[in-house]
Amino acid sequence: MMEKPLNENTEILDAPQAPKVSRFVQGFRLFNQNRMAIVGLVIFVIFFMTAVAGVVLTSGQDPVFNPALVRLQEKLLPPFSRPNLETLKAHEAPTLGIYVLGTDDLGRDVLARMLQGAWVSLTVGFVAVGIAVVVGIFMGGLAGYYGQGGVRYDQILAVLLLLSGIISFFIGWVRLGGGLFLVGILCFMLSLAAGYANKSHLVPTWLRKIAFSFDTLIMRMVDIMLCFPSFFLILTVVALLPASIYNIMIVIGLTSWMGTTRFVRAEFLSLREQDFVSAAKALGVSNFRIIFRHMMPNAIAPVLVSSTIGIATAILTEAGLSFLGFGVPPPYATWGNILSDGKRFIFDAPWLTFVPGVAILIVVLCFNLFGEGLKDALNPKLRQE
Amino acid sequence: MPSETPLLSTEDLKVYFYGRDKISRAVDGVSYHIYPGETVCLVGESGCGKTVSALSTLGLIPSPPGKIEGGRIVFKNRDILTLDDAAMQKIRGDQISMVFQEPLTSLNPVFTIGDQIGEAISTHEMIGQEALDARCIALLKDMGIPSPEQRLKDYPHQLSGGQRQRVMIAMALACNPDLIIADEPTTALDVTVQAQILNLIKSVQERDSMAVLYITHDLGVVSGIADRVYVMYAGLIVEEGDTRQVFGNAVHPYTRGLLASLPNRKKRGRRLHNIPGTVPNPAYKPEGCPFHPRCSYRVEDCKTVLPHMIDLDEGHRTRCPVMA
Repeated sequence: MMEKPLNENTEILDAPQAPKVSRFVQGFRLFNQNRMAIVGLVIFVIFFMTAVAGVVLTSGQDPVFNPALVRLQEKLLPPFSRPNLETLKAHEAPTLGIYVLGTDDLGRDVLARMLQGAWVSLTVGFVAVGIAVVVGIFMGGLAGYYGQGGVRYDQILAVLLLLSGIISFFIGWVRLGGGLFLVGILCFMLSLAAGYANKSHLVPTWLRKIAFSFDTLIMRMVDIMLCFPSFFLILTVVALLPASIYNIMIVIGLTSWMGTTRFVRAEFLSLREQDFVSAAKALGVSNFRIIFRHMMPNAIAPVLVSSTIGIATAILTEAGLSFLGFGVPPPYATWGNILSDGKRFIFDAPWLTFVPGVAILIVVLCFNLFGEGLKDALNPKLRQE
Repeated sequence: MPSETPLLSTEDLKVYFYGRDKISRAVDGVSYHIYPGETVCLVGESGCGKTVSALSTLGLIPSPPGKIEGGRIVFKNRDILTLDDAAMQKIRGDQISMVFQEPLTSLNPVFTIGDQIGEAISTHEMIGQEALDARCIALLKDMGIPSPEQRLKDYPHQLSGGQRQRVMIAMALACNPDLIIADEPTTALDVTVQAQILNLIKSVQERDSMAVLYITHDLGVVSGIADRVYVMYAGLIVEEGDTRQVFGNAVHPYTRGLLASLPNRKKRGRRLHNIPGTVPNPAYKPEGCPFHPRCSYRVEDCKTVLPHMIDLDEGHRTRCPVMA
């Protein structure tokens, strides 16, 4: 279609240019300038490898480090103490010859338990924050972009009918629930159809009035969620569900998306007014693509930083749950339950609280530093030739 | 030219913005026609409704608070105000595209310009990555951007204002639209760059026979590029006609005032004319002719009766019975 070039004298156009550096290299250089971020990254990589190694080394029939091996005669030994090999059987001796991080009140090797727990902390942190960020970005994006759009009474009615149908179905009133559900679906279809101008007579006018804005709906939901003492909410939910590490991840994730939602909404409110959004609309780009491809990358920096802090919080929440006995079932070690078990011996055996505490501290700190560096590296305005 | 059917005809368009306790009548019954391949200028002071009427052509009026209260916009024999979102998205960018005023903020800062021009194409066409790159490079070359292959990987902040506007025009041209709406594309640019951009739009238009709706307040630009001119004031067209008719034989006092306030050689050393007062607030427009408080030719009727368009010459019409 562009048969004839407009500029006939193309040769003057190829002026010498500065050598180009790829995006990745530029981002890496920028990241490299931030020494603390590098420290954070290095610690994170070490932590990650430790966690992976921990899974490999502590699981199976005959693990290299056995975190469940009880040696009552060796209990509460300080770090770097030698085992009394005369009282131990051959397979009970610590793998490294000494107890590098000491032993706990049952004589279990703290190093082995820490290795096992690292994986739990890592996955809890990442999966929980992953869920929270996905939910938060979605809700925040919708609230920020479609915020002015209203929720009509007929839509609220349809949703209430559907919800009450599902609830009554699950508490045993099957017929009532099914009926409500069907009526709800009918209402939903009607209100969808009423969205088109020529079908608006399907729903009476008073039901088509706008009850409140979409923004109000989502942000009040956030406020309600924030009003819950979320730790107790998690406790209740975890008490109802079977104790499993995945349930805990999901529950932590679903109770910590509110901060991200607020961040993303705030960013979107300002981004929505930017000209490049109108420009994208004028090009015929769909709303979905504008939200997730054009606006999201501009809003992602604060989300990344807050999610690194979120990982830290999730690790701490898991530790707290394990402490209360609602976390990962006991024989399995996590940093949280090592810490809480050690609390009883804090004066006799301070390393039992000190070791997991410092480990959590370092990991949390490294996530924060890493997030800060990532924020700079992802910002194209800071990339220089 | 007016013998053909118009490409776009806007008829009695009304766009109101609803505030808490007032209604801003930003566009209050505007009609204009654009024929294939011609350049039409919409001229007027800030706040007279130029941009709003252009945005409603693309269905981009923020709603709420904005609402199209009446009129029709017929593009290629279809009333596009009745189309739904999906159909509208197919028209935007593909058949009607827009160049915005601020090249600094109209490009997404986190994507390379290659990504953004590419998106303009791939939104409307199925095309492979290599063909896409080739198209982008060809477009940038057309826009006169040096070393387009390398520029594709640049971010908007690495380009100058003029280059960014060229990129914006490349995006608008990407799908060979029938109509380009240029909303003051040169306002944010230097005068030298401004001339280059105008020439660029002109040459592209001649090659691909596109129609251009050019929105500006700069009468100097208008005289250089327009085939026909619509002068807007307070949400109304007050004068329309060929460029020659409007510039050579302006009738409406507002058009005359605008022309008199342009500097030129004859006026050297003399004070320039200015129109007293300001554009009325669109929520509180005066009764009758909206221009009457600022008009030095007003008669008693102007304060009460909104005048109709009056035919003067072939295609030349004005909304002033006093001067006609």
